Amino acid sequence: MKLHIPNSAFLGNIDCFIRNFDNSDPASLEITANQKWIAVHPLVLVMTAALAARVGAKNVVCREFEAKSKHYLQRMGLFEWIGAAADRGLVEHEPAGRFIPIQRIRSSSELERFITEMIPLLHLEPPHSQTIVYIVSELARNVLEHAESEHGAFLSAQYYKKSNSIRIGIADTGIGIRRAITRSHAAADDLAAIRLALTPGITGTTTREGGTAQNAGAGLFFTKSIASVNRDFLVVYSGSGFYKLLKKAEDRKNPYLLREDPFKDRHSALDAVPAWPGTVVGIDITLDRTGEFDALLDAIRMTYGRAVRDRRSARYRKPRFT
Amino acid sequence: MKTISIKDKAGNFAENKDVARELREGVLLPALDAGEGVALDFDGVNDATQSFVHALISEAMRRHGAEVLDRIEFKSCTPRVRKIIAIVVEYMQAGM
Repeated sequence: MKLHIPNSAFLGNIDCFIRNFDNSDPASLEITANQKWIAVHPLVLVMTAALAARVGAKNVVCREFEAKSKHYLQRMGLFEWIGAAADRGLVEHEPAGRFIPIQRIRSSSELERFITEMIPLLHLEPPHSQTIVYIVSELARNVLEHAESEHGAFLSAQYYKKSNSIRIGIADTGIGIRRAITRSHAAADDLAAIRLALTPGITGTTTREGGTAQNAGAGLFFTKSIASVNRDFLVVYSGSGFYKLLKKAEDRKNPYLLREDPFKDRHSALDAVPAWPGTVVGIDITLDRTGEFDALLDAIRMTYGRAVRDRRSARYRKPRFT
Repeated sequence: MKTISIKDKAGNFAENKDVARELREGVLLPALDAGEGVALDFDGVNDATQSFVHALISEAMRRHGAEVLDRIEFKSCTPRVRKIIAIVVEYMQAGM
């Protein structure tokens, strides 16, 4: 496999980075990077770390990083994960921090501990902190419960002062959404599986409405709803499927309008990108807009209930009139 | 009526579904199966995920019907936790 860390890759323009991912030879990983300047979303870092963990450090080939901004990659813990030598001469900037270096989470207890520790790292206060930990919990638990990933979930986050936003990336090299969802639902391809996974009440664990005792099939829908109301990006990439919830203009009349079908949201979708061996989720959360979580929950309740009722009525038997 | 302190087991952010399963299988369902009432005490819990609440109460609703809500008391919930519980209760009933 080959991965090139470009000059710039954030959720708005991440398509190019993903299209350039070379997934041939899954036993090794060659990493190259822009030689001048690197500014990337945490998603890029966790994808790189997840692949490196999958192939093992001895099978990672990495040219020396020369970009002036390589201190960022070092600070985020990338060099450690890919087995590259750290530059001891680097001076670490921004003492205020507000970032979460690449973390690997492999168990429920690790996640619980991580959630407790992450808020001080991001220097967040409620209600922002509640929204961020909510998203991290739901995304990471999805990996632990459904991905069957030997290497766990790789997670990283960064606060961006200019946009007053938190950008979160999580990646795994597990079975992918399609294999998980098609245990109970038909999905013709990876993109169709992503669409189902983002639909409220659809889980790979059962065909039954309401889910199982342990799973409802709502975690990704909640996450997408938060991004949608916040008018922020959300990216889901699994296998050859790629879905991106796009930013949208403010709707003053109906700011909490949610759609159960992610394809009815403003989005872009690709169905033939180089296949990612697992699942990747990236999200941006603008903190200026996270204060109305309670109103969002009302909208989720109505949308979710409507989705379930619509699916039930679609299965009703119809009278035969002759 | 049996009382379950959520904070004691799940902390002030109730998100660990393994804990929810332990409470469900170890305390909640046995009490409801025995015809008892249960108070789920959220005192000190600032927030809960939908996944946690689902793992805690959905099986009770499926097993005993929506009427089981007459025997479950949700105590000391923050407005946010109330809304999460309302979401789960509503979609479970919509799906029954």
